[in-house]
Amino acid sequence: MDLKIILISIAATGIIGVLLGLVIGYVAKVFAVDVDERIEKVAELLPGANCGGCGFAGCAAFAKAVVAEDAAPSQCPVCSEDDVRNIAEYLGIVVEQGEKKVAVVRCSGDCANTVRTLYNGIRDCRSAVVVAGGAKGCDYGCLGFGSCANACPFGAIEIRDGLAVVHPELCVGCGNCVSACPKNLIELVPASAEVHVYCNSPEKGVAKRKVCKTACIACRKCVKASGEEDHMLVDGFLVKTNYDNPPPADLVEASACPTSALRVASKHAANEYQGVSK
Amino acid sequence: MSEQETSQSIRLPDPAKLVVSNSPHIRSGQTIHKVMFGVVAALLPACAAGIWFFGLAALNVLLLCTVSCVGFEELWNKAMKRPSTWKDGSAIITGLLLGMNLNAGIPWWVCIIGAFLAIILAKQLFGGLGYNPFNPALVARVGLLIGFPALMTTWNEPQGGKMMVDAVTTATPLSMAPGAAQVTDMLVGNTGGCLGETSAIALLIGGGILLALKLIKWEVPAAFIATVAVFTGIAHAANPHEYASPIVHVLSGGLLLGAFFMATDMVTSPMTRKGALIFGLGCGLITSLIRLWGNYPEGVSFSILLMNALTPLIDRMSMPKPFGYVAPEKGKVA
Amino acid sequence: MSEKPRKFKGGVHPNDSKALSASKAIQDAPLLDAYTVIMHQNIGAPPELLVKKGDAVKKGQLLAKAGGFVSVPLHSPTSGTVGAIDKCPGPTGIAVPAITINSDGEDEWGSLFEPISDWKNTAPADLKQRVWDAGIVGMGGAGFPSHVKLSPPEGKGIDTLILNGAECEPYLTADHRLMVEQPKDVVLGAAIIARILGLDSAVIGIEENKPDAIAELQKVAGEYNVRVQPLPVNYPQGAEKQLIYAITGREVPVGKLPMDVKCVVQNIASAVAVFEAVVKGIPSIERVTTVTGKPIVHPGNWRFRIGTPISKALELAGGINEQPAKLLLGGPMMGIAQSSLGVTVMKNTSGILLIARDEVSLYTSEPCIRCGRCVDACPMDILPATISQAVENKRFDWAEELNVMACIECGSCSYVCPSHRPLNQHFKWAKVEIQSKLRRRN
Repeated sequence: MDLKIILISIAATGIIGVLLGLVIGYVAKVFAVDVDERIEKVAELLPGANCGGCGFAGCAAFAKAVVAEDAAPSQCPVCSEDDVRNIAEYLGIVVEQGEKKVAVVRCSGDCANTVRTLYNGIRDCRSAVVVAGGAKGCDYGCLGFGSCANACPFGAIEIRDGLAVVHPELCVGCGNCVSACPKNLIELVPASAEVHVYCNSPEKGVAKRKVCKTACIACRKCVKASGEEDHMLVDGFLVKTNYDNPPPADLVEASACPTSALRVASKHAANEYQGVSK
Repeated sequence: MSEQETSQSIRLPDPAKLVVSNSPHIRSGQTIHKVMFGVVAALLPACAAGIWFFGLAALNVLLLCTVSCVGFEELWNKAMKRPSTWKDGSAIITGLLLGMNLNAGIPWWVCIIGAFLAIILAKQLFGGLGYNPFNPALVARVGLLIGFPALMTTWNEPQGGKMMVDAVTTATPLSMAPGAAQVTDMLVGNTGGCLGETSAIALLIGGGILLALKLIKWEVPAAFIATVAVFTGIAHAANPHEYASPIVHVLSGGLLLGAFFMATDMVTSPMTRKGALIFGLGCGLITSLIRLWGNYPEGVSFSILLMNALTPLIDRMSMPKPFGYVAPEKGKVA
Repeated sequence: MSEKPRKFKGGVHPNDSKALSASKAIQDAPLLDAYTVIMHQNIGAPPELLVKKGDAVKKGQLLAKAGGFVSVPLHSPTSGTVGAIDKCPGPTGIAVPAITINSDGEDEWGSLFEPISDWKNTAPADLKQRVWDAGIVGMGGAGFPSHVKLSPPEGKGIDTLILNGAECEPYLTADHRLMVEQPKDVVLGAAIIARILGLDSAVIGIEENKPDAIAELQKVAGEYNVRVQPLPVNYPQGAEKQLIYAITGREVPVGKLPMDVKCVVQNIASAVAVFEAVVKGIPSIERVTTVTGKPIVHPGNWRFRIGTPISKALELAGGINEQPAKLLLGGPMMGIAQSSLGVTVMKNTSGILLIARDEVSLYTSEPCIRCGRCVDACPMDILPATISQAVENKRFDWAEELNVMACIECGSCSYVCPSHRPLNQHFKWAKVEIQSKLRRRN
């Protein structure tokens, strides 16, 4: 008798299951929503990091825009050249290759080299800047509380000794960090440029040196070392890399920057500069 | 202008040692530690009464619960590589409250399971102090009540001052026939029940301490007790043979303990005064319903836990209007 | 004719510590060799520089003229030559442009304004112009140009002038001393401001912990139809919205100004400055500031020229007997912590306060235990704990929904918090983020 009950329940459940399956199958066919399969395919080809670097609300939205030709695949900052080519081939469109960009934090003032004030409060740059301007001797420097590192979906920014350092090999140039920095220190630059001036203070050299050992004092040694080429541009009391004509990596050695504000990005990331002071 | 410019004899502050931070720059001196140990102090009279009436067995239970709560807290902190937190006193409160919610004759291993439920399940898994949605001691009590119903509803006979290690079992006034309980006995605590809930006077003294130290909002116990009194009063008036008098209801069971010490738990009760009133009202209502018509003789724990779940909602509902509030005009985007 | 003041909700009672300097008479600070006058001392547009390095200036001479309507001119604190025009440490920790005046030791006045002794029969517009010309700002802390406050748009129907003598911040006694020592000037200032506004009366609100100030003012107030209103001691009694509520029972709507409830509030020191500008023709080049705190050897109240470096002010007070943990401009509840002694006295510097290590709150934030103390203490009736959680999770939209914009940053919530949460900093942060979002949207 017991067995009979069991068999009946199994049969009943089975029948209900089959019926419901049929209903679901029918409904799925009849009420199917037309999805452009190309969108799914493009989304698959995209990195899927949803970093928002393209300006769209995630990879799916970007894929939709690409298929609708509202956006070019190369607008995705994460895609490699091959990825972009694959998407373009799949969609049968021609794309111009955009140049890959990476972020640079234009400050070299870590705890050892820059005057800092004792600060007691929320460990977040955007909050700290509301109190006493961020409690750093230099009003323009990196606060080192890591708002940019938190905003980076790729873990490309390291906070090292109170200074945000970008690892160029990890950075995809999505630009999330740029808007996170309350001091507007972070800039997207062509990945091919290796040499940057790690200082952002427009103050006079003397004032800068008072608070930071590694500030750019606009001595122009790097400008002279570039010779005829306009690799470096002088802007008031600050020298900047000319990203339209970026200098070769050996300019750093050739110019012997007295404060080591001029650095090669990869070496800076590897912590090879300890701050020279003369 | 040089910052170090000072004349010889006059000392000026060293700017390198000045701290910058946001205002305000002075604080009231209140700390979590002080708040928690205030509560511990308020719990002591009821604990003492419990030990007086239920003997050393009660002391054993209280100690065991407290020590194992602190132990579990520290074990968790060690395992999670977090700083030690037992000194903030919250685990001690949980332990004492758990012990007070057990009867003196409970086996030792029940205490340890209770401590585990309270600290690990109800508190740390939710993120530790400040993040637990339910009162840890109550979660443990209800967990034990469901897990070990027989052990949890056997009450010890009070043995005033004899300091017995063993105990004799008896009934709680709530499960007795209406009218059998003596009000004076319930006031001092000379009656059956959990070891910390029987002495109304000791609990009232503790509640007085909490109110005097401003550690709880008076709205919660007031609304809680008043609601129970009114509700059971109506039932008693309608049918005095079936339902006990409101005085018995207020003085017996865990009502005073719950109203003063557990419903008022800051973490799990609403923050606003208005919310506290609603919270106390809801607790009283659910307690009365369970007591009068439910299967369990006692409803305080369940009512508080249910209201704990509603706390975020009550907080949202009772959000005050800011000073000078103006309703946004329709169709105008802020 | 004393009405009973209304009690606003919330508030805290910190130890007022005013005894350190409350009985110290105001002293004139001696002339210094140099003053560093910070250019931008007011809320609104910065003034436009009129002098250059090397120029000879007289005391009271214009250094910079107003850079718009919401802006005030700047005058030289003494006679001498203009030194460097460079950056100096600013009160918010960011370097700001400042003019250094090297004193010639003569302290010789340039041409003063024409004194208006018959102000009762002078047109209100002329009096208002004088307030502007003299560079007077709200000297209680905000530094909002006074003439702007005295120019309510047509139709606001201003009916009450309130002078804010609450001075609810602990430690500060500068306004208190002014009221005790120059009651007549305060009352005359109030009467002049009332005339500018077209009113014939004024109310001075004073916390009850200053009975001597209340008594002195009451002796002279009646003559000019000024009412002295004692107020209960409760921080933040001197916050504009709370003060208006206490005296008139009107609630200033969130996001609106006192003029929207027909009130104008002026600071005591500003009233005295108005009196001096109108009756004596003196521009705003000095102010009374309390230098106090437990580490100070001789706390007291001084009349400093604008541009006096804080290091010099501390020297006048005898220096320190222990290294303080904090140096504040303003009071302990809302003052701004400084990391440099090079900051100079500004028109809104009501106090220079040193906080000893044992009373300072160097805190680590612990989790909120939802005790609700902040909710009880909040004078604006918002939920500090909930907003703080929203900000901690970067949910600024939620914070906005929870009315963080109504916060007056009085710090009462942080003061009472047993978990030492940085509530006030959370709110400032949220307000900045919300405002920048609004700016982006517009």
